Amino acid sequence: MYEFNFNRPASIADALTAIADADDGQFMAGGQTMIPVLKQRLAMPSDVVELANIDDLKGIAVDGGTVTIGAMTPHSEVHNSLEVADAIPALADLAGMIGDPHVRNRGTIGGSVANNDPAADYPAAVVGLGATVVTDRREIAGDDFFVDLFETALVEGELITAVRFPLPDKAAYMKFPNPASRYAIVGVFVSQSNGDVRVAVTGAGPCVFREVAMETALAADFSADAVAGISVSGDDFNNDIHASAEYRAHLVTVMAKRAVIKAG
Amino acid sequence: MPSVSMTVNGNAVGGDIEARTLLVDFIREHLRLTGTHVGCDTSQCGACVVHVDGTSVKSCTMLALQAEGCQVETIESLADGDTLHPMQEAFREHHGLQCGFCTPGMVMTAVAMAKENPNLTESDVRHGLEGNFCRCTGYQNIVESIIAGAKAMQG
Repeated sequence: MYEFNFNRPASIADALTAIADADDGQFMAGGQTMIPVLKQRLAMPSDVVELANIDDLKGIAVDGGTVTIGAMTPHSEVHNSLEVADAIPALADLAGMIGDPHVRNRGTIGGSVANNDPAADYPAAVVGLGATVVTDRREIAGDDFFVDLFETALVEGELITAVRFPLPDKAAYMKFPNPASRYAIVGVFVSQSNGDVRVAVTGAGPCVFREVAMETALAADFSADAVAGISVSGDDFNNDIHASAEYRAHLVTVMAKRAVIKAG
Repeated sequence: MPSVSMTVNGNAVGGDIEARTLLVDFIREHLRLTGTHVGCDTSQCGACVVHVDGTSVKSCTMLALQAEGCQVETIESLADGDTLHPMQEAFREHHGLQCGFCTPGMVMTAVAMAKENPNLTESDVRHGLEGNFCRCTGYQNIVESIIAGAKAMQG
């Protein structure tokens, strides 16, 4: 790891100032991806602006129609939240599948979403529930947020403050995890809200995407049988030592079926 | 050089360190508490697990500066002199180790698990160990140790 200046602002305003003043600054949330990246010298920021002391970025708020999770809320808190489990059980369930207990105690929703790892779990929930990413300056629809491999709609110096999820009628997430890292080799999030169906796939491609053919089939008939016959093309899928593109394509259908069954 | 201060095993500690100093390196190299191990250094194996403000973390994936003002507990905090902590005693009794390299992280993870849920089932323990690797035992005796240790901690 190269040396850097470490900043620990106590407010969003101070964090934005710290980033603006740095030659090449980078925000750090829980650091569960960023610290390994720094160790590998894949990033060498002049300044790390760490967000753990900013109370406005923490906590969970549930009102009639939405669950809002502060960007610096760790996965363990979402997983253990009775309010989240009551409002969107699939979201609490997903948070409990990320990494391992120690990673979940440090890793945050804001960090996961901002990083947009192709195998991360939260992007599937953001797209699969039609959530909104709230930043210091605007709101970004989940469908527009994830652009490509590790690329998001965030502009230089923009800070995620929260993610706001609408309450679905039903939803579920199933994933086939890498046995060592617990990242999704393929994960599928399905939801149904007022007849609208979303199917979001993570792990398979360069970043999360919606599987439209499955959404159409499930809108007509929300059952595992409705997606069982839909095979997806693995042409643009990830191909690595963990799984071939063809295998990932097969897993999309399998995980979609399982998620639909789990959603009930 | 930035300075850091925290409480480790009940003692106020601190010093001037490079910003890039990992918490595990601060614990091992600066404080000379070498019970906490570095296994993979890639946040997978869990040999470096310590407690920060009561929750288990991988200290190879946290900067020492991120622990500013925190209460840190390492494996050295558990035994009371020559008297082992009930979880350590359970690992000894059930032979929950072979080479012992992963053991500090296993025991710290086990204590965190037992504090959260004293009535651990085998399934709870196996899922709770997803972030801790042992290359010797096949886990069977570790799981037995943790279930027994969690019971002993209630007594």
